[in-house]
Formats: sequence, C-alpha cells, structure tokens
Amino acid sequence: MATAAVGELGERENYLNREYGIKSWLLTVDHKRIALLYLAGITFFFFIGGFFALLIRLELMTPAGDLVQADTYNKLFTMHGQVMIFFFLIPAVPAVLGNFLIPMMIGAKDLAFPHINLLSWYLYILGGTLMLYTILAGGVDTGWTFYTPLSTEFLKTQVITAALAVFVAGFSSILTGLNFIVTIHRMRCPGMTWDRLPLFVWAHYATSLIQVLGTPVLAIAIVLVALERLLHLGVFNPAMGGDPLLFQHLFWFYSHPAVYIMILPGMGIISEIVCCFSRKRIFGYTAMALAVLGIAVVGFLVWAHHMFVAGISIYAALVFSILSYFVAVPSAIKVFNWTATLYKGSITYQTPMLYAFGFIGLFTIGGLTGLFLACLGIDVHVTDTYFVVAHFHYIMVGGMVMAYLGGMHFWWPKISGRMYPEGWGRLAALIVFLGFNLTFFPQFILGYMGMPRRYWDYSKAPEFQILNVLSTAGATILAVGYLLPMTYFLWSMRYGEPAPDNPWNAAGLEWMTSSPPPTYNFDEEPVVTWEAYNYDEIKEEVPVAQ
Amino acid sequence: MSEHISSVKLYVGIWLALLLCTGLTVFASFQDLGPFNAVAALAIATFKASLVVLFFMHVKYASEKMTKLTIVTAIFFFLILITLSLADYLTRLWT
Amino acid sequence: MPSSEAAVANQTHDNPALLHHFASAEQQKNAASFGMWLFLATEIMFFGGMFCAYLIYRYWYFGDFGAASKTLDIRLGTINTAVLICSSFTVAMAVRSAQTGKRKAIAVFLLLTIVLGLVFLGIKGVEYKAKFEEHHVPGQADFHLAGSVPLHPDLPVNQAHAQMYFSLYFAMTGMHALHMVIGVGLFSFLTYEAWNGRYSPSYYTPIENGGLYWHFVDIIWIYLFPLFYLIERHR
Repeated sequence: MATAAVGELGERENYLNREYGIKSWLLTVDHKRIALLYLAGITFFFFIGGFFALLIRLELMTPAGDLVQADTYNKLFTMHGQVMIFFFLIPAVPAVLGNFLIPMMIGAKDLAFPHINLLSWYLYILGGTLMLYTILAGGVDTGWTFYTPLSTEFLKTQVITAALAVFVAGFSSILTGLNFIVTIHRMRCPGMTWDRLPLFVWAHYATSLIQVLGTPVLAIAIVLVALERLLHLGVFNPAMGGDPLLFQHLFWFYSHPAVYIMILPGMGIISEIVCCFSRKRIFGYTAMALAVLGIAVVGFLVWAHHMFVAGISIYAALVFSILSYFVAVPSAIKVFNWTATLYKGSITYQTPMLYAFGFIGLFTIGGLTGLFLACLGIDVHVTDTYFVVAHFHYIMVGGMVMAYLGGMHFWWPKISGRMYPEGWGRLAALIVFLGFNLTFFPQFILGYMGMPRRYWDYSKAPEFQILNVLSTAGATILAVGYLLPMTYFLWSMRYGEPAPDNPWNAAGLEWMTSSPPPTYNFDEEPVVTWEAYNYDEIKEEVPVAQ
Repeated sequence: MSEHISSVKLYVGIWLALLLCTGLTVFASFQDLGPFNAVAALAIATFKASLVVLFFMHVKYASEKMTKLTIVTAIFFFLILITLSLADYLTRLWT
Repeated sequence: MPSSEAAVANQTHDNPALLHHFASAEQQKNAASFGMWLFLATEIMFFGGMFCAYLIYRYWYFGDFGAASKTLDIRLGTINTAVLICSSFTVAMAVRSAQTGKRKAIAVFLLLTIVLGLVFLGIKGVEYKAKFEEHHVPGQADFHLAGSVPLHPDLPVNQAHAQMYFSLYFAMTGMHALHMVIGVGLFSFLTYEAWNGRYSPSYYTPIENGGLYWHFVDIIWIYLFPLFYLIERHR
C-alpha cells in the first residue's frame, strides 16, 4: 500500500503506517483496515462477475448460439448474478465505505464489535472461496434465484456448494448489519444526536435493518433446498404436496429487500456528495432520513411482484401491485430533495459530483421503469424479458455502482491520503456514463419488443441483433470505464499528491481528522455542537482542481 | 448497570409455572375443544414463552431500552412474512 | 452491592475486560446485550421461515398432519419439554450466581444445563431412531404411514402429505437440535471459563448472552412441542 511513500514524507502515524506486514492486516480489528480487506475482496469478485458478463454480451452479439453452448450460457448468467449480487453489490458499499466511515462519522473509535467485524470478513472470504470452488468445479445453472424444483430435483450441477457459499456470505452480511446497528445506537460521540447524523449513516442504519431481518429468511430457504437435495426432505417438492412457490415467497422476502440493501447505501453517498459540491444543507433532512427507513420497511411488503406470472393468487397479486407503488413515494422524496438541494447551490463539477449526477438520472429511469413492473398488466407483458434486465441494471449498475465509484472518489483522499488525478477521474466518469447507457438502454427496447432474458440463441428473431450489438459495444466501453479508476487509484497510492485533511472543505466529522486517519480515528473524542451539512457556516469553497 | 437480581423464589416459581403449563397443554390437547384446540395450544405456548422472555431473560427489568423494541420488531416482521404469504395461499382460486 | 463495584470499575478503567473503544463498562455491556438480542431477532426470522411453511402445509393437509402427529411418542415429547424447561431454570440460576459472584455455583449450574441438554439430545435421538425403524422418514422408498385421517376414519392417510409432515418435523426439530448442539459446545466453554474465575459481578456478559441463546432455543421448542406432538390428539 501507500505506506512506504508516506513514511518517506515523514508524516504522522496513521492507520496505514502504524504496523506493517501480512499479519498486521489479516489479524487487524481496525475497521479501516478491514474495510480495505473488503475492498480487495469485492474488487476481485467484481472482475470475476464482469468476466461472465463480458462472455454473455459476446454470445449475444450474433443471433446464433455460436460462442458457447446452451448449458454453458445458463451457467454464465447464473454465476454472473450470484457473484455480482452476493459477493459484490451487497457488501460493496456497506462493508467498504460503511465500515470505513460510519465510526468516523459518528465520532467513535471503532465499530461496537471489532472482532465480529473481522469475523464477517473471514466469512465473506470463506463464502467467496466456496463460490470460486463452485465455479471451478463446473459451475451452477439454477439462475441466481435457486428456483425449485429445478434446483432441487433436476440439476446435476454444484447447487449445494453454491447454496452454501450464499449461506456463508449471508452470515457475513448479517453480522455486518448487526454491528452497524449497535454501533449507531451505542457509539455516537457527545452531541451526535440522531437528528445530526449524516444521511450516509441513516442509509446504513436502514440497510442494516434489512440485512438483519431479511437475510435469515434467505438462509433458511436455501438450507431447505440443500436439505432437499441431500436428505430428500420435501418442503418444496410437489411429489410430497409441497409448493415450489413457497420457495419463491421465502426467497423474495429477502431478495426484494436485498435490492434496497444494494441501493440505500448508494443514496447515502449521493446525499453527502450533493451537499458538498453544491455547498448547501440537504433539503428536507428529516424527510430524507424517514425516506430511507420508509424504503426499508415498505420494501418488505412488496416481494411477490416478482411472482405475478408464477401462479400466485390474483387477489394477492393486486395487493402486492398496489404496495409496490408505495415504494415510489419515499424514492421520489429522495430524488426531489437532491434536486432541491442543487437549486441555487454553488455547484462545482468534480468527479464525485459527476457520478452523483449520473446516479440521480439513472436511478430515476430505473425507478420509473420499476413502476411499470409494479403495474400488474404491464408486468405480465414484460416479465422475464430484457426490459426487466435493463430495469434492475439501471438501479444496480447505474445507481449502485455509480454511487460506489462516486463515494470511492469522494473519500479516496481520506482512505489513502492521496489525491486521485482529477482529469482522469472526470474522463472515467464520462466513459462510465456513456458506456452504461449504451449497454442498457437498448435492452429496454429489446425487452419491450419481446426478447426474453436468459436465451443464448435468438436466430428466430434476427431483428434483435442491431440492439444487441449496440449493447455489447456499450459493455466494452463500460469495461474501459471501470478499468480506468482502478488503474489510477493504484497509481495514486504511490504517485498521487498528498491529500490535505479536508480536500473538499466538506462538512462531517470524518473530514476533521487527518488523512489518512490515526488508528483510533480522532486524537481527542470529538464533541458535536453543529447540525449535519452546516455548509452555510463553511466559508471556503471546494478548491478548484488542476 | 442493569443489575436487577431476581430472587431464587421467583425463578423457582417461574420454573414450576412452566412445568404446570406443559402439563396443561398436554391435557388440553386430549379434550375436544373444536377449533379451539390449536388456539389453546398456541396460547399456552405463547404464555410460556412470555414467562421465559420476561423473567428468565430479564426483559421485564432490562435497562437496555432497545431490547423490547428489538423483540417487537422481529415479531412484527415475522408477522409480515406470515400475513402476506397467507394473503396468497388463502385466496388462490386453484389448489 | 455488585452495582457499586461495577461503578467503581467504570470510573477507574481498571476492568481488564473493558475494550479500548468503549468509554465505560456500562456502554460495553449494553452494546453486547443489544447485539445479542439483534442476533436473536435474526434467529426468529430464520426459524420464522420454517414456521411459515409449517403453517401453510398444516392448513392444507390438516387431516394427514393429525394422523402423522399421533405416531410421535407423546410421553418422550413431554419429558423432553420438561427437561428443557429445567435446563432454562438452571441457566437462569447460573446467571444469578454470576450476578452474586459465586464461582462454584456458576460452574455447577452450567454443568447441570449441559447434562440436561445432552439428555434432551439423547431422547431426541431415541425418537429419531424410532422414526427410521417405523419407516416414517420422508423421501425414502419404504416410507409408509398406516391408518386413516382422524376426523374421517374411512379416509386413508395421503402418503405424500404425511411425508410433508415428516419433512417439516425433521427440518424443524433437526435445526433446533443443531442449535442445542451448538449451545452445549458454547456452555462447555463457559463452564471452563467460569471455573477459572473469568467472571465476576462486574463482568459476566458471556454467561448472560449464552443464557439468552439457551432460553431462545428453549422457546423454539416450547412452540415445536404443541405444533408437532399435539395435533388431533383428542380423536
């Protein structure tokens, strides 16, 4: 890491240069070091999942199924989904940025349970290892959803190890959420009242609630799948009077709220960035805090909209359809309030802000198309088409990954003590935005025209090719956009300008300690006497980048 | 600190009450109560569980305010799972 | 008073169990307790998924569930319930002994708990063995449940639905037994630590949290017992 260079500059002791060696990292209980361990893990799995995505896009360039066989294609999209969701998206922001920042933002020395935090990381790595084993031992082709009875009765692939991998990773996620909740309740410094918490912390609180309350239900669902395969118990087996739809109920009870595990922390990041780069207090702080909680709770009431065509009761479908619309209310509050925050702000266009703009626009498109899918009639038309694929990629990639990259740029000076190259940063943000839209916008049209998802061969409908070629071209551009930040972040650790303690003149406790922070975050326990986002009290502007 | 130390007498009382309720629920299951057999079984089980939570798990005297809220939240979300699943199962036009 | 001792420990920061990032032993204790309750909340949801499945299938196949329920040994089931209740009592006494600082009493009550836990697991093993011998194991070719639905003596038991009952029975009591095994392991560790005097009235969080876990597993059984053993017993 950057430690050698830091030492040469004769800087003060910080969490990076305090100790050296493999052991000081693998046995650390410092939340900041564990965050970097997670960063290594999720980056690795991001590229594994991205590799599968690339193969999927290459296969779909031509209508014929010529690059891979059908079975291989089934494995590709399954493992793309499982790796990206369980090993990248869910841990990405909470376990990296949340882990790093929450204790600092609330003025604590560490999370409430540092050892459990380390245990979470080891569980994540254990789950990841099982996932890698699954991939190397021939893969799994259940779809990321493990639907029964396909997964229990018919497939001969590595379903059990994949299920175990997800189970273990789920345990890691539960422990992270539990740790955050206790930390936010019990470790706030004097003066850091609930109504002074940064919205990033509120967003993680809501996320943690979902992790703690939802994940166990997924865990038991996939344990029952594994038991059906291993011991021939039959909870979902129609031959024993079981209902395969029950698995879908249990699965989506977690997996729909899991979408909010992925997006809420991103919303937290955007609130921080938008305030900083428009030099304004957030518009409607209380509404914003209640909105993330609202999304978390209402998110638990809508799961069966994934099952409208699966054969659930039509009356239940109506209820779930109506409830699904309600998620739009707190989501719209978020978007309107970010926009209102920008109004008459003194806006500068640094890299994090570019990602934030990208997020707001793309999340809005993803969210509005979500309303199409909540609508019973339209959902029947577009279920299992590329419309759905495009919709959730707008939320997860256009929303979450944008927010993640924005957050990484925003806090990189704090994490590494170095500035990233601003020009390259803006270029990469632009490339990601263009590449993303070129990849996924054509998929909305494809889906509406009727192209189903999970097909490797569309030679009966060659008119889909032009849009698929556009999508694949976009994916290539997107790949360049992702490789760029990784390259210059690594470069900046050695060659970047040393970062000042507060490079953006931003509000928030994390900017009041040195960059990188000392091991216990603050030299003296801070005492908060101001409201969150007190930009009206900060006279300095964001420094102009070179 | 939360130190409320319950008396041995109270613990013994709760213990005996739990054993008594176990006998009661077995007895009740052998009576024909019509649709109320299941109600009685669940009511007694819930009463027993409440005794354990309130006295053995010290929730009645907990200084930690979040304890009660945590339990209520978990039960609330469990009920969401049950209610909305049943919304499907009880209204299906096919079986 | 133990609380005043604890207060002294707070002020002087000489409590060896106090971790660096907590301001006081009270903050640490509250955090640990809150964390444990959150963990139990996840356990409620974990078992909740299975209770939800149970509810749906019992509603669908009530008659067959009644017939299958009657093949369980109600005598052993009742004894096991009593055994677990006794173990909860000994756990409560162990925590109380920790609060009052009686080292030997803690160890004795913890040991009693372990013994009762093992008795429970032993009886459960006997019951499982009987189910294998009676061909009541779901998913096996030789599965057969004789008899008829309690309410309709001329209606033979549906073999598929009876297998659903036993699938749930093995899944839920099995998951409960797994929690018991983990509990016994946990309590063995606690007994060892308690015997070595690790716990005092100012620091006994592991015993308290271990106790919460044990009580929770007990509560799960309090529900499993009537739901599996006591269906349609009166017919």
